[in-house]
Amino acid sequence: MINLRMSRMRRKEAIDGYLFIAPWIIGFVLWVAGPMIASIVLSFMQWDLLSDPTWAGVSNFTNLFQDRLVLVSLWNTAYYTFLSVPLELAAALGMALLLNQRIRFQSLFRTLFYIPSVMPAVAGAVLWLWILNPEVGLANSLLRLVGLPELQWLWSPTTSKPSFILMSLWGIGNPMVIFLAGLQGIPSALYDAAEIDGANAWQRFRAVTIPMLSPVILFNLVLGVIGSFQIFTGAYLLTNGGPAHSTLFSVLYLYRLGFEQFRMGYASAVAWLIFVIILFFTITQFYLAKSRVHYEGEVTG
Amino acid sequence: MSTDELTLSPPLDQEAIQLLGRRTRRRPAGFYIRRTFQYLVMVVISVISMIPLVWMVSTSLKEQGQVFAYPPVWIPDPVMWSNYAEALARAPLLRWLMNTSIITFLAIVGNVITSSMVAYGFARLRFPGRNFLFMLLLSTMMLPQIVTLIPRFILFKSLGWLDTFLPLVVPPFFGGGPFNIFLVRQFYLTIPTDLDDAARIDGASNWAIWWLILAPLSKPVLIAIGIFSFVYHWNDFLHPLIFLFSEDMKTLALGLRAFIDPLDASWQISMAASMFLLVPVIIIFFLGQRYFIEGVTVTGLKG
Repeated sequence: MINLRMSRMRRKEAIDGYLFIAPWIIGFVLWVAGPMIASIVLSFMQWDLLSDPTWAGVSNFTNLFQDRLVLVSLWNTAYYTFLSVPLELAAALGMALLLNQRIRFQSLFRTLFYIPSVMPAVAGAVLWLWILNPEVGLANSLLRLVGLPELQWLWSPTTSKPSFILMSLWGIGNPMVIFLAGLQGIPSALYDAAEIDGANAWQRFRAVTIPMLSPVILFNLVLGVIGSFQIFTGAYLLTNGGPAHSTLFSVLYLYRLGFEQFRMGYASAVAWLIFVIILFFTITQFYLAKSRVHYEGEVTG
Repeated sequence: MSTDELTLSPPLDQEAIQLLGRRTRRRPAGFYIRRTFQYLVMVVISVISMIPLVWMVSTSLKEQGQVFAYPPVWIPDPVMWSNYAEALARAPLLRWLMNTSIITFLAIVGNVITSSMVAYGFARLRFPGRNFLFMLLLSTMMLPQIVTLIPRFILFKSLGWLDTFLPLVVPPFFGGGPFNIFLVRQFYLTIPTDLDDAARIDGASNWAIWWLILAPLSKPVLIAIGIFSFVYHWNDFLHPLIFLFSEDMKTLALGLRAFIDPLDASWQISMAASMFLLVPVIIIFFLGQRYFIEGVTVTGLKG
């Protein structure tokens, strides 16, 4: 009897559970799973949205490997990602470490450090066009001041990608706050113990901070790579891929194929290629991190 | 924060006096040198963060001739409020401001309601497949959005939703974003279930417990995700670019693109126009930064 009642309550709870998460399930089917399947199907078709779609077999995928711009855009994106993400994380961690002290005006500094991250990309674009302007910009004025040669910044293929890396460092509030959250979760007893054992600041950082923070580092690294791989707005607004395709990043190329040339099938194939590459890097990071990431009091359930 | 409390409140008992004594103990000179250096670095970072903002505001009020003056002019003289009139004359900025406000408002409502609802399901109710579904939800956080962009465009096109606000405001009502759900769930987990149990004994349904008990208690995290979605939707460029075409439907972020022209020297006008986008998001951030940042910090990130 009791069992029966329990199971009825259980069933009611389960039904409510599904109802509560229903919005997400519907959203998942409509905006994630459905489109992903559709995207696979589309990548085997040819469709300009005007005429009917036609079956294209694997031709989109064979074209992929002959398209020089696919390779160029992937190279640009990888270059950008693998230089900007480590620098961003190092800077964000440094800023979080500065904030994670018993200091005055802590919340004011935190707010100021975060400000660039709420700057809309369009406003940021106006700003960076001025800063990096070779004739009148702030960046070259500073270089002149210290006697270094001036640079063409966004307007030269050799400095255009480094310019984007520089810009990415201005706006790392999110990883910073996440690092800060991680740092605040480290029990101070660990630092006290290390200090009693005679560990200096650097040794405490190496032996306590880094291991305790490793899950957060992995989280920021994974999301950072995924985010950087999808760089779009800045490149679209500032350089539109130029000069000489040096800032043609993958998503910018995808945008052109899909929404300027309306090659929906081919664009889907490119989207899947980018997706698989990002997935590969994500899995690699988890794999490499497996033995290096320390999870405190691992509890499952 | 706690240092202030300690020094401001009068020492009431022996323990406090001892603590105070410990804190005012002479520190080695190295400590003060390190601290001074630390403040110096922090001030430099703050300046790097703020200077561009200050420069944009100042430029938006400058005369054409002062924009590229060297050395730079920081306080505009005369103050050209007419730059704003000029910006308004060049583009329907107020219309775009209204569009952006409508879209952002609806998206926030959708995100906050559905993510708190879904989070309740994951935090409080047991059902078969819950852990799997939650893992699936977390893994969508790592899904690059671009892979679904083209099919979503085609879907909205076939629904006749292109060039309306629907592609931008309907999705938040279905799911509310995996990171938001995750944050609210983490917050719910910190609230003891005693309250739920008491209400349940009194005959409250799960809907009542969610809406009347947990949602009001989780105001800080709901405000945090509200601000997250404000910043995201207010600043979003890619989605309006793909889904909105006509001049009257544009958002500010999208419309402002017309003001980005390296060949046009009237930067003061571009800056004035940018202010319509920039000022609200900065104000909202300053008002809510406590929730915004602490929503992440306090909730913690442990699964």
